[in-house]
Amino acid sequence: MNAFLLQYLPIVIFFGLAAALGVGFIIAAAVLAPKSPDPEKTSAYECGFNAFDDARMKFDVRFYLVSILFIIFDLEVAFLFPWAVSLMKLPHAAQVFSFWSMMCFLGVLTVGFIYEWKKGALEWE
Amino acid sequence: MISEHLSPWVWFGLTFGQILLVTVILLLATAFLIYGERKIFAGVQMRKGPNVVGPFGLLQSFADLGKFVIKELLIPDGADKVVFLLAPLITVTLAFGGWAAIPFAPGWVVSDINVGVLYLFAASSLGVYGVIMGGWASNSKYPFLGALRSAAQMVSYEVSIGFVIVTVILLAGSMNLQTIVAKQGGGFWHWNILGGHGVLGLPMMLVMIPMAVIFFISALAETNRPPFDLAEAESELVAGYQVEYGSTPYLLFYLSEMLNIFLMCSLFTVFFIGGWQAPFPTPFLAHWPATLASLFGFLWFLIKTLFMFFMFALVRAVVPRYRYDQLMRLGWKVFLPTSLVAVILVAAYRVFVPGV
Repeated sequence: MNAFLLQYLPIVIFFGLAAALGVGFIIAAAVLAPKSPDPEKTSAYECGFNAFDDARMKFDVRFYLVSILFIIFDLEVAFLFPWAVSLMKLPHAAQVFSFWSMMCFLGVLTVGFIYEWKKGALEWE
Repeated sequence: MISEHLSPWVWFGLTFGQILLVTVILLLATAFLIYGERKIFAGVQMRKGPNVVGPFGLLQSFADLGKFVIKELLIPDGADKVVFLLAPLITVTLAFGGWAAIPFAPGWVVSDINVGVLYLFAASSLGVYGVIMGGWASNSKYPFLGALRSAAQMVSYEVSIGFVIVTVILLAGSMNLQTIVAKQGGGFWHWNILGGHGVLGLPMMLVMIPMAVIFFISALAETNRPPFDLAEAESELVAGYQVEYGSTPYLLFYLSEMLNIFLMCSLFTVFFIGGWQAPFPTPFLAHWPATLASLFGFLWFLIKTLFMFFMFALVRAVVPRYRYDQLMRLGWKVFLPTSLVAVILVAAYRVFVPGV
């Protein structure tokens, strides 16, 4: 295995160990704890009456909107990361060019941001 | 980071031992952090806090662990059983996994990857899955609504955290966390919160101090901490997405919440206040043995991270809870534009001011 990928092996081991720890905890409770299930205990939580109809109901479209906006802006951030790293490694003339080209990109996104703000996509009343 | 020139099995053994050590220390640290947080919370309210189990109540968290393990493992009838148990597992795995890239001291890091910042950003983004899966799999109304609100809140603040991190990367010119910390050496005026470039960088302090504040507040929101614990607002949504959880699955959620909080504290330390760097120039470290120098660095890392944790605990005790619309307005309409402008300002300063 090459040295570059070898750097990531500890992360995989770490994930494995953490997952094993989690499984261990759940198994510990399954083995050690008393078990006496009862319809009242295992029914869904509800306040003062029995739960009715399915809980996976329709929800507000604004949650959907927030996730769409999140994808746009998170992608933008992910795009800025490599730019921010390489910016200072360039000669000065290239730096200036790189700076202004990123400003164009951010400008376009800002126009979109202003549009969604004016449209009321960010309003929660 | 263990040298790669050893034979594979020795390397694997040493790496595994190192990871096991980090895991055990993190578990113990969490136990005492929970105790410490409760003590701080109690101190603010002029109570005594936990003081029964062990000297000064120090063993309280271990007693709680025992209690969690002997509680009945209940899975609701309508729940999707696999996803229901998978949600806390994913959450705890990611909460531990994030620590793989944190530099504890010079040379002390589990995995010194060159895209450390990106890795942590990815790991904290994936944390939303645990919340959504937990809320959906419970098949109960309160967890479902709580999960939606938690997830929307986490992703909203993820964006401004991302922009703040970009300003830090612009200052450091690297995504490797050890490099980011190493660049902040030579005294507190080299820390990123004060511009990161000594005296020449000091004007950037005007941008970086607000960025540090935004990072701190966003970290509170990201980890669903008070004053942004809307998903757990006791009077409205009982306990958010965790309503149907009990026993050790709940313990796993709680454990990963504490780990995430501590991770955010250490990230603040690494990004803004110099990680393991001492606040004064340390030329004398060159004459010290490497292990002792690392230990010295670790001490500073610990002091700074615990100070940040103290701030987290204090905020929980003294600040009243936000309303949901105010929370979303703060994230999208205040933090996002501010951090976007800050990225432009820092980049312009770095490009157009000579010598920085």
